[in-house]
Amino acid sequence: MTEEKKKKTIKTIKIDVDKCNGCRACEMICSSFHAAPKYSSNNPARSRIRVIRDPLADIYIPVYAGDYAVAECAGRDKYTIDGKEYDECAFCRASCPSRDEFKEPDSGLPLKCDMCEGEDEPLCVKWCIHDALVLEEREEEVEEQDEKEELEIGLESLADKHGLQKIIDALSRMSEKE
Amino acid sequence: MRYAETGFNLEVDLTRGNIERVATDPRDTELYLGGLGTNAKILWDRVGPEVEAFAPENLLIFGAGLLCGTPAIGCNRTIVTTISPQTKLMAFSMMGGFWAPELKYAGYDKVILRGKSPHLVYLWINNDQVEIRDASHLQGKGAIETAELIRQELNEPKAQVAAIGLAGENRVYYASIEQGRSSASRGGMGAVMGDKGVKAIVVRGTNDLNVARPEEYMELCNEVMEYIKWREDHPIPGVIPILSVLGSPQEMAIHDEKWHTENFSWGNSRVRRKNFWNEEIAKEWMDTMNSMRTRLISCYNCPMKCGATLTPPGQSTFMMKCFTKLTYTMAAFSNLDFGFKIAQRATEYGVDGYSAPQVMAFALELLENGILTDDDFPGMPQDNEERFYYLLDKIVRREGIGDVLANGTHWAAKEIGNGAEEYAHNNIKKHEQLPLKLGMLNPIYFLMYCTGEKINVTQIEGQFPQAPFPKREHREKFVKDWFQVPDDRFKQYFLDWEPRGENSMPYYPTVEMTCDIVDWMERMHYIDDALGMCAGLSSFHLKAPYHIHNYPKFISSGAGIDMDEAKLTKATKRYRTLVRAINIRRGMRRKDEKPPKDHWKKRIPELEKELLDSYYNLKGWNSDGIPTKESLHDLGLDYVSEEFFQRGILTDGEDASSSEASAE
Repeated sequence: MTEEKKKKTIKTIKIDVDKCNGCRACEMICSSFHAAPKYSSNNPARSRIRVIRDPLADIYIPVYAGDYAVAECAGRDKYTIDGKEYDECAFCRASCPSRDEFKEPDSGLPLKCDMCEGEDEPLCVKWCIHDALVLEEREEEVEEQDEKEELEIGLESLADKHGLQKIIDALSRMSEKE
Repeated sequence: MRYAETGFNLEVDLTRGNIERVATDPRDTELYLGGLGTNAKILWDRVGPEVEAFAPENLLIFGAGLLCGTPAIGCNRTIVTTISPQTKLMAFSMMGGFWAPELKYAGYDKVILRGKSPHLVYLWINNDQVEIRDASHLQGKGAIETAELIRQELNEPKAQVAAIGLAGENRVYYASIEQGRSSASRGGMGAVMGDKGVKAIVVRGTNDLNVARPEEYMELCNEVMEYIKWREDHPIPGVIPILSVLGSPQEMAIHDEKWHTENFSWGNSRVRRKNFWNEEIAKEWMDTMNSMRTRLISCYNCPMKCGATLTPPGQSTFMMKCFTKLTYTMAAFSNLDFGFKIAQRATEYGVDGYSAPQVMAFALELLENGILTDDDFPGMPQDNEERFYYLLDKIVRREGIGDVLANGTHWAAKEIGNGAEEYAHNNIKKHEQLPLKLGMLNPIYFLMYCTGEKINVTQIEGQFPQAPFPKREHREKFVKDWFQVPDDRFKQYFLDWEPRGENSMPYYPTVEMTCDIVDWMERMHYIDDALGMCAGLSSFHLKAPYHIHNYPKFISSGAGIDMDEAKLTKATKRYRTLVRAINIRRGMRRKDEKPPKDHWKKRIPELEKELLDSYYNLKGWNSDGIPTKESLHDLGLDYVSEEFFQRGILTDGEDASSSEASAE
């Protein structure tokens, strides 16, 4: 296999929590944009961004929905920053079995931020006129990824079905027997 | 399908513990819009004039505005409506924050409380699941503390909580309902909630709220957003800072308080302190603000940062907005440090930041003047500021003299007697007002003070400049991009308005113009109060993003109700008249419609009479302020006039003769 350099646009939303005024317009417009037909309904519970919000503790952190995780992490994390305590797994972007975040409230299907495909900029950025959310784009050269081997694809699908830990356990049992 | 609204109200009978989800009639939305409008309709239909504030038959209605929960920027207000224990009239107090949109997402437009719970409870609305839960463990807890405790015990950090403190539990006549950074404070809403045995209403909603014509609606929202940004870069020149920019008065952001501290009165609305503001005070107050304020914050879906999180040293955090910043400070002749510290306690107790400080200053004035004696204040400290803490505690606990003061200055003065009535001098319709004492009668404000049924002047003013601009060229510049006016004649009124000479106050604007201006300003507030829009982006402001020309489009494309300016004006007049009808049925008449006697030093009785006569006539009310049969018929309110005739409020001869008299 040959290694080839390829240009890729990296879209970064710069989040300045000090500028957040806690209005949740980002949640509102996200849910509205992703409604079908577009803008036909509003429901922040369907939003792909959520503001972790605890006004009395002065906590306002917008977090975006990332990938769907079939299994929860083996352990959890809990941050304290500058004396402010954040909820368990607060900053995690995953939609995972351990919590209700980033799932459709009715079907439970996972949500993921798509940067509002087709728009000039994500609408959460547009609606945040205090610039707590700002879009930055840059080009990066990345190495073309190797094609996955057949075995790996097979293992991944098994892991998806049973959870990675079970596969590891099974493999270690198998290796002990040999 | 219903758009913008859910089409359902939640009816809660607290006596029986019964909860019902009731479908509403879409025709009512068309006639009365929502929020205040439909609240008024329910109050007219179901709460007769014989029902007292603390009767189980009184309703406490939490109505989300028609457009709350949609992307309309700044549309997040809950209109709370009931019969006030203080004024004995219909009271509607509003709160921003996050509660109304959450209620919509839970699937309801209103929560209607009736009856009384035998013990203290809270209501937990979690989408379709609604339950009445025991709140005995929350008895005596602060309003903000209560919200936190409930979120923890339900494990629902995203639930929105509207709660009362000790003042509400003890039915203090000016108790508020607190909700995070916002509150429904005026008119004793919290007292009625406490009387019903409800400590809090907790809401969590995860359902969709639809709009009728999405693309069109979003375009309107985008226009509003662009205009807000434009206005931020183009403050209006020639007016005081809080009027030049949008938002609820930016009290948490600005430091310069020269205007308020020198133009408003201190103590029991008595003393003007000209030349009070100086560099030293400015620096001290700025240091106070900077040491306690952690962040400027907003309500749901609004970029204006009108509130702030404050943490006085050694006290717990609370949130504040607007003029409560100065009411305690000025009532006690103290400083901002004291004002913030006592406001923290007052917010947890849940009292109105306008009435409470004035009642306390009133009590101390009675003591100074020997109407009350030291015996009435056992154990009261000598220190001025400590006295205010003492009084606040007595009031919210209704202990000793506090039990009397808890009813507000009007009722307290009556009970105390011995000349105390002269000291309850700053009320309209028994309700404490902003501490303003001025020189020459201002006809525009005169009408607003007299006839405003919110009984709070800031909730009617705004669209038209408060004072003329010095030069014609300034005025010409101002009217150039003043597209918000309903008609170009308003531009002419302003162009010709001079600070001095023939075309100046009090005879210009003329009576006719004055009536026209007040009618327009009031109408815009009533539209906001039905839609749930914050006055800070609309009716309170010159050149606001929302106005009579874009509102019909918002209603059409949002709620799917065909609307144009004429139809909207008529709908607004309909429920505005209904609010008046409720109060007329409760005995309010022309004799009650007057500003505090000492509000202006120079009064002009003939002009005042002419103003009221003409305004009543314009509104379709007879010379006693009662809506006439004809005007009620025009508005489709025949059911009101039928009842007026049954009750003898209108009689055939009287109605005709008085409208003739006022038409002269």
